[in-house]
Amino acid sequence: MTKLVDMTGIEKYFPGVHALKTVQFDLFSGEVHALMGENGAGKSTLMKILSGIYQRDGGDLVIEGKSVSPTTPGEAQDLGIGIIHQELSLMNDLTVAQNIFIGREPRKSFGRLDEAALNAQTAEIFASMNLSLDPKTLVGSLTIAKQQMVEIAKALSFRSKVLIMDEPTAALNDAEIAELFVIIRRLKAEGVGIVYISHKMDELKQIADRVTVMRDGEYVGTVGAAETPISQIIAMMVGREVNEKPLDVPDLGDAEVSLEVSGLNRGKEIKDVSFSVQKGEILGFAGLMGAGRTEVARAIFGADVKDSGTIRVHGQEVSIKSPKDAVTAGIGYLSEDRKHFGLATGMNVRDNIALASMDLFTGTGGVLNDGEISTTAKGYIAQLGIRTPSDVQEVRLLSGGNQQKVVIAKWLLRDCDILIFDEPTRGIDIGAKSEIYKLLEELAEQGKTIIVISSELPEIMRLSHRIAVMCEGRLTGILPGGKDTTQEDIMHLATQRAAAMQVTGAPQ
Amino acid sequence: MTTATDVEKKKPLAGLSDSGAYQKLLAFASLIALLIGFSIASPNFMQTSNMIAILQATSVNGVLAVAATLVIITGGIDLSVGTLMTFCAVIAGVVLTYLGMPLLLGVAAAIAAGAFCGLCSGTFVAKMKIPPFIATLGMMLILKGLSLVISGTRPIYFNDTPGFDQISRGSLIGEIFPALPIPNGVLILFLVAIAASYILSRTVLGRYTFALGSNEEAVRLSGVNTDAWKMRIYALAGAICGIGGILIASRLNSAQPALGLGYELEAIAAVVIGGTSLSGGRGTILGTLIGALIMAVLTNGLRVLSVAQEWQTVVTGAIIILAVYADMARHKKSG
Repeated sequence: MTKLVDMTGIEKYFPGVHALKTVQFDLFSGEVHALMGENGAGKSTLMKILSGIYQRDGGDLVIEGKSVSPTTPGEAQDLGIGIIHQELSLMNDLTVAQNIFIGREPRKSFGRLDEAALNAQTAEIFASMNLSLDPKTLVGSLTIAKQQMVEIAKALSFRSKVLIMDEPTAALNDAEIAELFVIIRRLKAEGVGIVYISHKMDELKQIADRVTVMRDGEYVGTVGAAETPISQIIAMMVGREVNEKPLDVPDLGDAEVSLEVSGLNRGKEIKDVSFSVQKGEILGFAGLMGAGRTEVARAIFGADVKDSGTIRVHGQEVSIKSPKDAVTAGIGYLSEDRKHFGLATGMNVRDNIALASMDLFTGTGGVLNDGEISTTAKGYIAQLGIRTPSDVQEVRLLSGGNQQKVVIAKWLLRDCDILIFDEPTRGIDIGAKSEIYKLLEELAEQGKTIIVISSELPEIMRLSHRIAVMCEGRLTGILPGGKDTTQEDIMHLATQRAAAMQVTGAPQ
Repeated sequence: MTTATDVEKKKPLAGLSDSGAYQKLLAFASLIALLIGFSIASPNFMQTSNMIAILQATSVNGVLAVAATLVIITGGIDLSVGTLMTFCAVIAGVVLTYLGMPLLLGVAAAIAAGAFCGLCSGTFVAKMKIPPFIATLGMMLILKGLSLVISGTRPIYFNDTPGFDQISRGSLIGEIFPALPIPNGVLILFLVAIAASYILSRTVLGRYTFALGSNEEAVRLSGVNTDAWKMRIYALAGAICGIGGILIASRLNSAQPALGLGYELEAIAAVVIGGTSLSGGRGTILGTLIGALIMAVLTNGLRVLSVAQEWQTVVTGAIIILAVYADMARHKKSG
């Protein structure tokens, strides 16, 4: 076996973040090398450096014995490196062949396209993959699995020797996964080296030869897939020491149940989710990306329509069909994507704070009392410590942490006592993070009901009085908060796929 | 550490990015430059009568541009303002000339028809989720057709309604200050502009207009009934088009059913020259007024200089592209 890729001492900085710290990774021809780690561990960043999307700030990248620095995806492709992204990037209205050769279509004289050659060359690639697919099929009419095959064919059409697959099975069912694995094994036999990024533990055993684990932008270790127990890989993934003070879980006793959700369903995204939260409680929602946590929040809030399920607020069943209904019931939702769903970034601080409560400031004839808005906004700016030059500063000019506080102020002003925080500290630097944590704790102490969705386990552990864990749309368990629950416990529930049928919460 | 520098990097831009102001200044400066340029080029330009002709020419386009501004700030577009204006004029004709109703009722009917048609467009956009471009394109054609059907393709004259032509042509100001015979049409434009400006800056409807254009989903997730507010804005724009219909009918003392197509583009051009962003979220009525004036001054000035009509159109097109380019270049810098 020849060494196709050798990355050593890779460094990468983003504004405010040291994303990769002396990371190493290698790949031989004919092997499947799995790259594991929690969300934000740096897997995708590392692979983007390999595929020319990002440039490294330090370290060496050697491809087949030659030191290289691809600066564009095109250059990486010329070096034989193909990447298949998590979100497929195909054009639905073009045929399979047109998609594969987009940008480098075979041509005849005067720039006319040579469709016959295009289809013939595509058929050739499919034959080499032993895939029966008509090159003239429209991509939009294919299943996701077949589209994935087209992506692989596209990567192979560049004569790729290295194929990077970022969560290729995220959208596939079991039969389709089996189909994909057949293709992967065939490619392996032909000497292609495959980097396989996935969260699904059971897949590793089936397909990977070696596993490299990353954590917090650092290289943790590389182990053989066959001989390493899954529990050890999980321990490698989460094994950072938690130097936060241990969480004090308050005894809420028989405090009122302020929100009760039962039998919530929405398509494939949410499957029979039921839980309740007490007044003054912080309920954490853990799970991997795509586990359905955000979907649950959006369904409760009425942002998406639910198929079935009842929601009780303070014991009363409420019918929530739109965000307006939810807000009326006293539920506020703080989206993970503040720029798109939380803030009107082009507007100023005070208008954003008042956005959900304009009726409080509306006089006769719909005339707004701007003085009142300003006074109220200034009150929240002081109370929450929002750092802004004035209440008429545009929110897009504030830092992430302060933008988050503006959204919190919006819901406090609206007098919502059930607040759902979706990734409350995403894009917020470390100092501001602990401020947001403190704020959430204060809100709970004041009797608000808090739900926190987070992909960062330390954040969940730091905040949650109880921890609900989701996997593939199902609520796989609710764990107690505090020191009795380990990250490993959570990861077990988070990776508990429907087919695996493991015993609930069995700690290893 | 790098975050700190990031914040500092943004700071010097904050001054530049006072969005509307810069563009308005640019537009205003262009207007002054045009006025000075034409005055030097032709002694006939800076005559009171010519200035009043320019204002008179601005009045209808200005009113339509104010209506278009409201919709454009929400991130939408209204292609139906021109034919809606005509439709409302025809409705006024029906009520006043065919039915012989009193003047005020005709005016009210025209404005109500405008509001209703605006509400229809608003429903297509907000409830049926048809893209504004398509919804109002359809509305534009429907209204053009209806105007022709209702009027039997013939102009409706207002000879039986004394005083109707005075709505636009008369001059209340001229009666008080004989030296300033500013036509009522211009006065109405300014009243409409002041009202729209007040609504935009001081009322909840106005605040939501900007909020919708800035980030509709965020507004919806704040528990605001975005659909209802959007429909109200389209209805308001429609009502303003109704006023435009009265103005043009009064000026021509007739409802001309074949008129209207092309007015929407002139209105949108005025809005854009005035610095309102077609992607929504920012814009001002004052800017739109200046934009409408620039277009009127340009047309008038070129005519005074005896430039051929065809070339006037070419110049107008070039001005639009320049104005938007200036806006984009500035936006990129501060973005």
